[in-house]
Amino acid sequence: MDSFVAILQLFDSTIRLSAPLLLACLAGLYSERAGIFDIGLEGKMLAGAFAAGAVATWYGSASLALIAAIAISVALGLVHGFASITHRGNQIVSGVAINFIAAGTTVILGQAWFHQGGRTPSLPNTARFNAINLPGAETLREVPIIGPIYFELISGHSILVYLAFLLVPFTWWVLYRTRFGLRLRAVGENPAAVDTAGISVPWLRYRAVICCGILCGIAGAYLATAQGAGFVKDMTAGKGYIALAALIFAKWRPVQAMYACLLFGFLDALGIRLQGQSLPLIGEVPVQLMQALPYILTIVLLAGFIGKAIPPKAGGVAYVKER
Amino acid sequence: MSVAAIELIGVDKRFGTVHANRDIHLAIEKGTIHGIIGENGAGKSTLMSILYGFYQADSGEIRINGNATKISDPNAAIGMGIGMVHQHFMLVENFTVLENVMLGVEGAPLLKNGIAKARAELKRLEQEYELDVDPDALIEELPVGLQQRVEILKALYRGAEILVLDEPTGVLTPPEADHLFRILEQLRDQGKTIILITHKLREIMAATDNVSVMRQGSVVATRKTSETSVEELAELMVGRRVLLRVQKGEAQPGEVKLSVENLTVRDSRGVVMVDNASFNVRAGEIVGIAGVAGNGQSQLIETIAGIRAAVSGRVLLDGQLIDITGAADPGELRDRGLAHVPEDRHHMGLVLAFEEYENSILGYHDDPLYLKGPFLDIDAIKADARKKIEKYDIRPGDPNLKTANFSGGNQQKIVLAREIERDPGVLIIGQPTRGVDVGAIEFIHKRIIEMRDAGKAVLLVSVELDEIRSLSDRILVMFAGRIVGERDAEADEGELGCLMAGVEQLEAAQ
Repeated sequence: MDSFVAILQLFDSTIRLSAPLLLACLAGLYSERAGIFDIGLEGKMLAGAFAAGAVATWYGSASLALIAAIAISVALGLVHGFASITHRGNQIVSGVAINFIAAGTTVILGQAWFHQGGRTPSLPNTARFNAINLPGAETLREVPIIGPIYFELISGHSILVYLAFLLVPFTWWVLYRTRFGLRLRAVGENPAAVDTAGISVPWLRYRAVICCGILCGIAGAYLATAQGAGFVKDMTAGKGYIALAALIFAKWRPVQAMYACLLFGFLDALGIRLQGQSLPLIGEVPVQLMQALPYILTIVLLAGFIGKAIPPKAGGVAYVKER
Repeated sequence: MSVAAIELIGVDKRFGTVHANRDIHLAIEKGTIHGIIGENGAGKSTLMSILYGFYQADSGEIRINGNATKISDPNAAIGMGIGMVHQHFMLVENFTVLENVMLGVEGAPLLKNGIAKARAELKRLEQEYELDVDPDALIEELPVGLQQRVEILKALYRGAEILVLDEPTGVLTPPEADHLFRILEQLRDQGKTIILITHKLREIMAATDNVSVMRQGSVVATRKTSETSVEELAELMVGRRVLLRVQKGEAQPGEVKLSVENLTVRDSRGVVMVDNASFNVRAGEIVGIAGVAGNGQSQLIETIAGIRAAVSGRVLLDGQLIDITGAADPGELRDRGLAHVPEDRHHMGLVLAFEEYENSILGYHDDPLYLKGPFLDIDAIKADARKKIEKYDIRPGDPNLKTANFSGGNQQKIVLAREIERDPGVLIIGQPTRGVDVGAIEFIHKRIIEMRDAGKAVLLVSVELDEIRSLSDRILVMFAGRIVGERDAEADEGELGCLMAGVEQLEAAQ
């Protein structure tokens, strides 16, 4: 029974760790499906996390923190859009610039405002998104098998975790069942077709970038006000890049994106779980190796295990009307 | 004459210093197929872009069914019943036919009802115009002929009464083109007005009721197709008399220069592209390879030119083996007197971002002529480029101009000048006049004949059967990677067409 609970707890932390990846991955999906490559997921998330930490510290409200995170992330997304849609700049350069700006500015402002070495003060629970116990969790707890699964795994996450996973079917629905989704997919494949159909390519792409900003902002707020209790320097730690890798595994599809993010979340959780533990045959696994696992997996999978991942055809290319 | 479906009055458009359309007056009668012919850069596409709302005319008026209108964007054009079938299809390749047809006219924010409506409407159009295509097929899995049909359906779905087709046959095989013309005739008979833009004279004669000729931004003439001739139209297009038939004497074949024996080539997926091909090319003759695009001609000449590996077989140049294992150095082949004008000048023949003089020595840049010690002798290269510009009448005659800014015909002349002026013993030439104007075609054909008369061996590949027939001394037909027949230059067009379509193969199989 102990090992059953241990496994449940492992899966439980998998879900917690996957949520921000999933939000960022879906963010990237909106943007890249519209043909705007976004390497700046990392920066937008980081800026969002900082904004959430700062606002939660000042106003003590998690909701305000979330709004602030979304606002700053959308603003950065619009900068990316302005550079790459309006001015047809290089999308990779623009995205990298956003990452640098976010990494530098958050620390400088954090130090200037809070004097704690770039972090924001630790938040009280009243200023965070706390775990929600789903109805019946306590009463069902004693029921064998189902009880612990419901109590440990399904119940007891913050609202943002549920939001992240609900966004998967929602994104699928948007993409394949709405006019916006049809046009979004079209503009990432052949913007000229969209243009000649009488639809504005820039406006469509800006909307995609805004969707991306909103989701990155939620991911950032999750890191600072749900998973953690305040902003810590570099707290995204490459999650934006992992999310991009997950997006490629998923071949830019929402449900598969969820599986990919769960896989990365699981590796992360496993790494934490196995720290300092001794395994049979292998002995103690070095922490560094465990931490490197997601990256090793990325390379192994990208090197051919997932088949050919064909990105949206017009991805990374600014649209110029033909003369 | 009834009210014109479209009337252009004094339409004028400039792009900076380029006067793309000069005071255009044009009336297109309702229920007719109206051809607009002109060389590349004559202003046809600009005019149609104005009609479709991509650009605004600087001055002038457009009347649709007699009413003066302003077409501010493609939406407005669609609203007025103008549909456009673009030269490069405006289709989303990984979408279904249905999704492509719906895009932009989905009806409501949710797709459900729109899909049902589009499906019903497609069915109706299918029956009315015999334009059948599976609505759930993915575009990328359809042959180009059907993709074009989807473009036409897109326009009809939007309620187009006036259909503009921009160079519609560029990507089609001759039978597909004929099929398209039948569809257009049917649409016309149902009352639609069709504008057909092309630079191919044959199509104008085959498909149109009326024709307008454009030259240097102006409409220089409008004729009833039945009352004009290919010769007159060609002269109107170019502004001078054009020889449409190549003048050439008897070939004087000499010794074998190039010999291909049992050559087999596979592509990257392992599909056999050239299947056991054997033939010779002699000095002083032009051997033409006819075939529908994609039957292995490209792979054949690329292998001989040393840029693709063969599975088996031998190729001899002047009796000496050529390395066809893929390790060959095309540069070495050039030194041995084999020049290659690739089929696709944009991807293989030229670096479009380079200046003209740089492209004029591409591949020959190791020649001491162009070097000063380890450095390029820019002055010598430019002087050499100027000589070629003059001899080949390349316009504009500026070696410092970026190659992308030359027209297709002039780009092709840059490649030809580079390869021919090296005086090679063997010239392999692929699609010499693809996307090239009538005037330049005449020039290029003359040069090729001159090469032959100078005792060179020429191997010619073209998907234009007319070109093969008028230039070649011997014709080989390729089908599904095999050389299925050899005929002389007088061979009957129908017979060659059957060979190209693999008819004899089918009969043999039965």
